[in-house]
Amino acid sequence: MFKKRQPHLVIIGNGVAGVTTARHVRRRSDMNITIISAESRYHFSRTALMYIYMGHMRFEDTKPYPDWFWRQNRIDLVHGFVTEIDTDNKCVRLQDGREIAYDKLVIATGSKPNKFGWPGQDLPGVQGLYSLQDLQRLEEYTPHIRHAVIVGGGLIGIELAEMLMSRDIPVTFLVRERYFYDIILPQEEARLISRHILEHGVDLRLSTELKEILPGTDGRVRAVVTSHGEEIACQFVGLTVGVHPNIEVVKNTPIETNRGVLVNEYLETNIPDVYACGDCAEIRAKEPGGRNRIEQLWYTARMQGEALGRILCGEHVAYDRGIWFNSAKFFDLEYQTYGQVSPQPGDDEDSFYWEHPDRKHALRIAYRKPGMQVIGFNAIGIRLRHRVCERWIREGRTLDDVIQRLPEANFDPEFYQRFEAEVARQYAESRHAVAESAVA
Amino acid sequence: MQLLQIQPLPDYLRDQYADLQVDELPEYRELTGVKKVGLGLLGIGSLLLLIALTGFTSEHPWLWFFLTFGLTSIGGLMYILAQLKESPPGIKNNHNFTRSLTARGAAGWLIGVVFTAFYIILYWFPSVFQNWIQMVDPVSRLLRGDPADHWFLYGTFYTFAMLIMGVRMFVRYRHNRYQLIRTASVMFFQLGFAYLIPAFLRLMNQPEFYFSYFWPLKYHYLFPNDVRWLMSQPGGLGVFMVFWGAMLTFVATPVLTYFYGKRWYCSWVCGCGGLAETLGDPWRHLSSKSRLSWKVERNLIYSVLGFIIITTAALWINSATEGRVLGNLSQTFARAYGFFIGAIFSGVIGVGFYPLLGNRVWCRFGCPQAAILGILQKHFSRFRITTNGAQCISCGNCSTYCEMGIDVRMYAQEQQNIIRASCVGCGICAAVCPRGVLKLENGPVDGRY
Repeated sequence: MFKKRQPHLVIIGNGVAGVTTARHVRRRSDMNITIISAESRYHFSRTALMYIYMGHMRFEDTKPYPDWFWRQNRIDLVHGFVTEIDTDNKCVRLQDGREIAYDKLVIATGSKPNKFGWPGQDLPGVQGLYSLQDLQRLEEYTPHIRHAVIVGGGLIGIELAEMLMSRDIPVTFLVRERYFYDIILPQEEARLISRHILEHGVDLRLSTELKEILPGTDGRVRAVVTSHGEEIACQFVGLTVGVHPNIEVVKNTPIETNRGVLVNEYLETNIPDVYACGDCAEIRAKEPGGRNRIEQLWYTARMQGEALGRILCGEHVAYDRGIWFNSAKFFDLEYQTYGQVSPQPGDDEDSFYWEHPDRKHALRIAYRKPGMQVIGFNAIGIRLRHRVCERWIREGRTLDDVIQRLPEANFDPEFYQRFEAEVARQYAESRHAVAESAVA
Repeated sequence: MQLLQIQPLPDYLRDQYADLQVDELPEYRELTGVKKVGLGLLGIGSLLLLIALTGFTSEHPWLWFFLTFGLTSIGGLMYILAQLKESPPGIKNNHNFTRSLTARGAAGWLIGVVFTAFYIILYWFPSVFQNWIQMVDPVSRLLRGDPADHWFLYGTFYTFAMLIMGVRMFVRYRHNRYQLIRTASVMFFQLGFAYLIPAFLRLMNQPEFYFSYFWPLKYHYLFPNDVRWLMSQPGGLGVFMVFWGAMLTFVATPVLTYFYGKRWYCSWVCGCGGLAETLGDPWRHLSSKSRLSWKVERNLIYSVLGFIIITTAALWINSATEGRVLGNLSQTFARAYGFFIGAIFSGVIGVGFYPLLGNRVWCRFGCPQAAILGILQKHFSRFRITTNGAQCISCGNCSTYCEMGIDVRMYAQEQQNIIRASCVGCGICAAVCPRGVLKLENGPVDGRY
């Protein structure tokens, strides 16, 4: 008659990493599960915050699981802020005084927006965009502004630009790089996107950095000064220059940290029964001298959560993110990437690039030079099948083969204009040219 | 909104921007003037429509037809077409949940009340529309050779609404060929098969027949009375019509649904679906996604299907036995079905409540045709919505914009394909997905789930 007491799994953070961990534990085990979050009672999709601001959805529409889901799956939700982790007594303490004991603890506290010590970076009207609270502040602050400046040419920056433009707020977008996102994208793609941003009426300032943020007499932001010495009047500054692991709560504990919470490939910290996953985790390099990894993407957070769910249930499988993939949407342009496409390819790599004259569709296939094995895809304005691209990369298909079979990878809606024939034609021409120059 | 213009470039960026060929960039701006004039004409046309209810139309029907239908159409089209110049092609869902008209605000309720009132008057107090009927009388005489009645008036409103709002879909989804072709299809079937052809048939003294409708949506096409009446028509056309209707019900329905899913009818041909996809599009996100709604949906729609099957069977038994077995019962059934389902459910609630409950209330909860097509789609079809690997970011656009209230995201984030009886294959989930995760496909039945 004695029921074995189930261990208590406590997860700090209800983002996609923490929630995915909980779901995968529940699939395999009867463990008691508690998720603690200060940000929101229920898990929501962080990627959808922009759509709330633009009026495409309400907050409740961004919740990937209906509220009954948690009770039905016996996942307890605690809305509160963890101030202390006591690894000796295996419990966490909340700001409101509550104490929650754990048998196993997962730290999935996500990220915080970066600030690089600019003068004026803490003025009212200067903020990043990461959390639900950031969105609320944005809602409070932006209704009456006449001009906004966004700093930082990444994925959140361009989303913030789209958000503000949807409310008719003119945006000046300061991007350090020569072309938007060209630390990730090769020049051609970066140019194409930059042009698209301009087409949407954003005042895009490439090769421009923020110098300082100036306060007005009311103490709020009045203007920014750029690296070109130009002063741009604005009432709002969005700082979207990346994020860093949110590990305040781990400070002053024996849990080892560097930039993030240090974990091995099993997502274990140095303290037994304490794990970390998602944006806040820093995965130690396997080989000495290698580089630690911090992965701050929706997809990697989900995959780490899934891996940790298995690990917590006793499976001894290391986290392996598999063949890389990512996606984004730059205003109206969808972008998908599979495998590796380097902005500055090494000597043993090259790529084939095709772009439609309308500059709304482009495809790049990267390959390793000796055997022309395909290693990566960049697609803009064309949808590709994840599983097909992944398989081709894993199997080391040659570029010839991939170009020929390209229609198999197409995932565009029915009746869409197809580009495979044009791509193949351009490819054939380029091969021909190479052959001729070799003969000459 | 003047901001969609290219800002003057600072000098230090000239060279760098030359690479981007910014001179060739199309310029977008809001044509406020055109939109204001358009709204003005729409307002004047609507006002005149209201005035026309009180009289005047019988003396100059053509003039009034132009002043009402004409002005509202021109105004509406001006407003819609002006948006072509406003912003680049792409998804246009900004402010759907913050605008009164599309977020169940005062404007939404007002439109809901107007639509509902229209249906109540149309079904039970058509004499109120007497002057409107006068106004479309010459159109009716031209097309049908007969005076107008309230059903012709309704058809005219319906067709105009679908055509104008169809143009809105063209503008809105100009980047999406699936939506363009699908919208053209529903507009074509409404104008041709549900408006002009029935009118011409009547002009030629033939039965007014709608080739794009069949049992059980057009339930009486397989009722003994209709069948007998059509069979008795001189010439072979009546017999052909009975044959055509039966073919659609018993052959086309399973065969086409096997190959294409229920969308071949629900979002490509059907007039109810067509109105939902055009006039109803602004409210598609209001459909309920709750588990309770799904339960209500299953109970209700199969009950209606059962109701119409029993009614039809009873009528035929009654007809075969000349009323000896069932007496008046089958007629009572038929009348009840017509009142509760045909009028109240499909009309008053189905369209009247667009701005409150979303645009597919009838199709989702009531339509027996959709019920049959749905069963076939779920169990005997090549159709599915494919999920693209692990690319879903759980944002919820797909679920939010599913007019049938399917929680598409629930499947997509689990990397499962979506095969649901209710899916009408409108393709909007795939259109609004910001990561290219969803694709409507017909493929092998094996491995579909």
